[in-house]
Amino acid sequence: MTNTWQDIRNANVVLVMGGNAAEAHPCGFKWVIEAKIENGAKLVVVDPRFTRTASVADYYAPIRPGTDIAFLSGVMRYLLEKDAIQHEYVRAYTNAGLIVKEGFDFQDGLFSGYNSETHSYDKSSWDYELDEQGFAKSDDSWQDPRCVINLLKRHVARYTPEMVSRITGTPQDKFLHICELFASTAAPDKAMTSLFALGWTQHTVGAQNIRAMAMIQLLLGNIGVAGGGMNALRGHSNIQGLTDVGLLSNQMPGYLTLPNDKETSFDEYMSTKLFKPLRPGQTSYWQNYRKFVVSLQKSLYGDAATQENNWAYDWLPKLDVPLYDIIRAFEMMNAGQMNGYICQGFNPLQAFPDRGKIRRGLSKLKFLVTMDPLDTETSRFWQDFGPQNPAKPAEIQTEVFQLPTTCFAEENGSLVNSARWLQWHWKAAEAPGEAMSDIWIMSGIFHRLRELYRKEGGAFPDPILNVSWKYTDPVAPDPEELAKDMNGRALVDITDPATGVTTKAGTLLDAFAQLRDDGTTAAGCWIFTGSFTEKGNQMARRDATDPREQGIAPNWAWAWPANRRILYNRASANLEGKAWNPKKPVIEWNGTRWVGIDVPDYGPTVKPSDGVGPFIMNAEGMGRLFARNLMAEGPFPEHYEPMESPVENVLHPKVNANPVARVFADDRSAFGNAKDFPYVATTYRLTEHFHFWTKHALINAILQPEEFVEIGEVLAKEKGIEQGGWVKVSSKRGEVVCKAYVTKRIKPLIVDGKPAHVIGVPLHWGFTGQARKGYGANTLTPSVGDANTQTPEFKAFLVNVEKTSAPVAA
Amino acid sequence: MSDLQSQDYVRRSASTMTPPVARSHEDQVAKLIDVSRCIGCKACQSACMEWNDLRPEIGHFEGSYENPMDLGPSVWTLMKFAEYENEQGNLEWLIRKDGCMHCEDPGCLKACPAPGAIVQYANGIVDFISDKCIGCGYCVKGCPFDVPRISKKDHKSYKCTLCSDRVSVGLEPACVKACPTGAIMFGSKSDMTHWAGERIEDLKSRGFENAGLYDPKEVGGTHVMYVLHHADKPSLYSGLPDKPRISPVVEAWKGIIKPLAVAGIAFAAIAGFFHWITVGPNEITEEDEEEAARALRGEREPDPEEKS
Amino acid sequence: MALTRREFIKFTGLGLAASSMGMLGFGGSGVAQAAAVRPFKLTHATETRNTCTYCSVACGILIYSMGDRAKNALSNIIHIEGDPDHPVNRGTLCPKGSALLDIVHAPTRLKTPRYREPGGTEFKDVSWDFALDRIARLMKEDRDKHFIATNAAGTTVNRWTSTGMLAASASSSETAFLTWKVARSLGMVVFDNQARV
Repeated sequence: MTNTWQDIRNANVVLVMGGNAAEAHPCGFKWVIEAKIENGAKLVVVDPRFTRTASVADYYAPIRPGTDIAFLSGVMRYLLEKDAIQHEYVRAYTNAGLIVKEGFDFQDGLFSGYNSETHSYDKSSWDYELDEQGFAKSDDSWQDPRCVINLLKRHVARYTPEMVSRITGTPQDKFLHICELFASTAAPDKAMTSLFALGWTQHTVGAQNIRAMAMIQLLLGNIGVAGGGMNALRGHSNIQGLTDVGLLSNQMPGYLTLPNDKETSFDEYMSTKLFKPLRPGQTSYWQNYRKFVVSLQKSLYGDAATQENNWAYDWLPKLDVPLYDIIRAFEMMNAGQMNGYICQGFNPLQAFPDRGKIRRGLSKLKFLVTMDPLDTETSRFWQDFGPQNPAKPAEIQTEVFQLPTTCFAEENGSLVNSARWLQWHWKAAEAPGEAMSDIWIMSGIFHRLRELYRKEGGAFPDPILNVSWKYTDPVAPDPEELAKDMNGRALVDITDPATGVTTKAGTLLDAFAQLRDDGTTAAGCWIFTGSFTEKGNQMARRDATDPREQGIAPNWAWAWPANRRILYNRASANLEGKAWNPKKPVIEWNGTRWVGIDVPDYGPTVKPSDGVGPFIMNAEGMGRLFARNLMAEGPFPEHYEPMESPVENVLHPKVNANPVARVFADDRSAFGNAKDFPYVATTYRLTEHFHFWTKHALINAILQPEEFVEIGEVLAKEKGIEQGGWVKVSSKRGEVVCKAYVTKRIKPLIVDGKPAHVIGVPLHWGFTGQARKGYGANTLTPSVGDANTQTPEFKAFLVNVEKTSAPVAA
Repeated sequence: MSDLQSQDYVRRSASTMTPPVARSHEDQVAKLIDVSRCIGCKACQSACMEWNDLRPEIGHFEGSYENPMDLGPSVWTLMKFAEYENEQGNLEWLIRKDGCMHCEDPGCLKACPAPGAIVQYANGIVDFISDKCIGCGYCVKGCPFDVPRISKKDHKSYKCTLCSDRVSVGLEPACVKACPTGAIMFGSKSDMTHWAGERIEDLKSRGFENAGLYDPKEVGGTHVMYVLHHADKPSLYSGLPDKPRISPVVEAWKGIIKPLAVAGIAFAAIAGFFHWITVGPNEITEEDEEEAARALRGEREPDPEEKS
Repeated sequence: MALTRREFIKFTGLGLAASSMGMLGFGGSGVAQAAAVRPFKLTHATETRNTCTYCSVACGILIYSMGDRAKNALSNIIHIEGDPDHPVNRGTLCPKGSALLDIVHAPTRLKTPRYREPGGTEFKDVSWDFALDRIARLMKEDRDKHFIATNAAGTTVNRWTSTGMLAASASSSETAFLTWKVARSLGMVVFDNQARV
């Protein structure tokens, strides 16, 4: 989230699209209701199903799963055509006026530079024209046909209301009404917030869905302001934290990237990171990258990371592929290229696409370790549970370890919420039986391995032997000590050249501005610097005071970066530094510095007249309507059909689906077509359950006890399916036998002149826990991901549905 | 726990009781359920079960988000879902939290023949006192909202207590506290009525011309009230009674039995009524009236378990 | 200036344990009702501040446990409700959060390490030492055999691709950091979390 949960109350329009906030985030959704009641806000919901969020919406429109980019591009066309944009904001704070290179082009569904053999782009033309000093050329009058705003106009011109409706199935009048509501927030003192979640990410074009909306928010001047922003409602209690700390195949803590094979030296690695400003006088914050990496290496390896060994650069593993994501991991497993797998609090047999493939992959492992408070399906993949998990144990040679862990109530530590707040929590009771903390277990495995390498030697033991492990109790480091590691400390006495203030060796640091690239500071996660200082554990702060009740609560816990609650908040003020919305200022220029209820996302004394752009993490300092080379598919979003789609792409039939999606051959052969599988399916959570956990909790099992799918009345009638009757839902990959909920809340959509039926598949069911046994939605889903992130396409795929009789055992 | 201080309740089943006058200043409480901000998440159901230590059996999916499928001895509140297509052809998903309405004039209490098994506190809460309950089921018949349920295990009647244990120590009921969107509010009845007025104005400004408060005067008003977008048609909300009323049979029998009960000779009638009421229909017919009269004449054996 | 409740509890997870009935405003008809109604079950329970383990709204919760943390009392969690001080949830909880008690005490909570041997048809209880020794041995065998020190071009790459790890989504950031250190020092690259699913 760029903003906070409570800040939603400041919105004038709330858009829930690509998510279902009322059901997945009920307590955060209270701020939507608050916005409606206290701020007169209008709630707009765009969703294939009439959800519980839609039940309290002021305006609802249906949409075919997987067509959001067409819808949002149509909105952009509308805003540009009606000139309903926040002019001053767009002109000064976005790259609308920057001029794009001559070679950049878009033809028949493809951007310039496409290589049809490698399914990838040469992106060299996706950039600005540079002048002699290396700065991007611009035309503030927007006359140049190659400036971004004109290229954008041309790009979205095809998305007329007729075309939008033809692709998405959203009736034109509903689409246009929503465009009008959006447009109302182009006024400088009005804001719209976008609340989204996996409804946008779980597509082969997921990242571009979000980009499209972010572009709309830039055009309307809704980024950085109170009640605005792009608010990704993250799904799990600390998935933000796990991402912040870099537990992804290509990441290091604080969004530093893991080196790849081409970066053969530390200097070469750094050469691609220190982005030079693309506009005169611009701040480009990533110029500090080296300080963050060196401080991380000092934190990890202590004295063993030296200038001489390039801060132990060689000890970091290097990537030969962009991502070793989950889809690739299970591809490798199935190909016999993996022997061991450790699942810490994670249940891939339920969570990953194409369950059959997951089960076959796990069966080929030599060993599987699960660490979990609960008896997960994954830990029992080898056991026969009938049709819900057909397995032949005798044929499965995998050694399986099921390790019991503590849960939230039995440990101290911090979690990062969706709004980037680091909140500390305290242990209330001992864990049951012999369950132990993940920290104890990981330490136990590590110490044993280190001991084996000490005694026996083996493959490249250096990093293992040299990891810094200076904890009071090395067997189970105290969470506070680990938090201090991430915060960072001075390793020698360091003096700030500007202020002359000296920070003593060993002292915890207050801010990442203190970090250095000469090995004199250590910080395990630079964006967390300031979270645990000499003043104490800032994550444990509990002062809920909220100036003007504007939803900032600056002294409650601690938010990264630098306790900033609204990202890009410089953009909440105009060029002179006055708030666009005088009733809800975030920060303002008082003549000498930036002041307000939030920590400025900007140099605190940088004058408005200096002309530094507000987006200081971007080299041009501007919000990007044109993404340069940062996306796999192109600098502008384009509508591509899901991998499995009931219709062909009417814009460019030859480039039907995402042209740069990575598809493994066996996964491609498991795609179905509309002839055999004529209906669009989409998967989702129900509010009564949380993933595959709460079916273990009795109350939740009572509230929603059994697997079902949701089918519209029209289709049900066509197929003779009765309310609550049994159905078989099948895809090319498997079948689910469960009950049907026949509902008015899903209606057929008219797509390219023909009705398209949507089937809703809630995902919570499995074969352990207290709820009734189920197959799980991932029995049906395809194994293909977003081209940038490899997030699986769970939200749009093809199935068939037939009436069936009750299973004998049911 | 039978040593109630009588001045703290204003009504007591099957007893002659004049409400105490000394403590006349206590505020009446109310729970306001604003269906227009309810998202049907069932947090209220979950919190109710957790706080009150209730765990009904795990059921089945039966073609609705509703679960369990009915109120029960261990299900004191239940979200009910109705898919409704309005005159404009737009879909509305009308979701209502069902449970005891805590009537000002409680039909259950009126019908109850067991002295002190149902009481109403000065703050308006209607509570079942289990050790006095004889499981006769009259309260089920007496309730205009079809709320109490008799347990097959212990033959006692159960329903929402409005978390009287929490309210008595100055806390809000569990469902109120949990409700993520503030669709359930708790406070004094006058504050809740006032707040409802503001909500109704907002709803009218959003095009719900018939928005209104459900606080039915037929039962003297309730301590659980609804803000409805369609207050002209309460029955749209999974059968919320348009005009709730206490069965005339209950009213009738109550008039006769009261003096007899006080005299301690009514138990034959009670047992007979028990049989009739637990097998009888919901509709009041002339036959019912005759049956009631017959029961009252004492044509059945007294219940051996009943004590005076 | 009077110390507010929030300030008082600023740096501790323990709230006002054992709030007295008087402090809770037990008055009016309450005294008499207490004789009739169910006794209030939290009167002397210990209150601990925590965060809901489910979604990323990260609602503040109050965990109530039996026992006052005296040496001889083993804490047992008896109730969980929303933290009214928390700026986002303000005491509310969703149907999952309201039922946290049932996940803490789920009958399917694991209590002992268990091991399933190749081809085996059941789990058997094992000691922690057995489990961790065996896991470390298996990992070392695999790493020593399949570790890639240099690629075809002779560049040092130091990666291990034949054993992978999925990290939790509800564990603390502190656990995450320690896990990252361990996984990366081994050269592990098949490493992911639940951000995408």
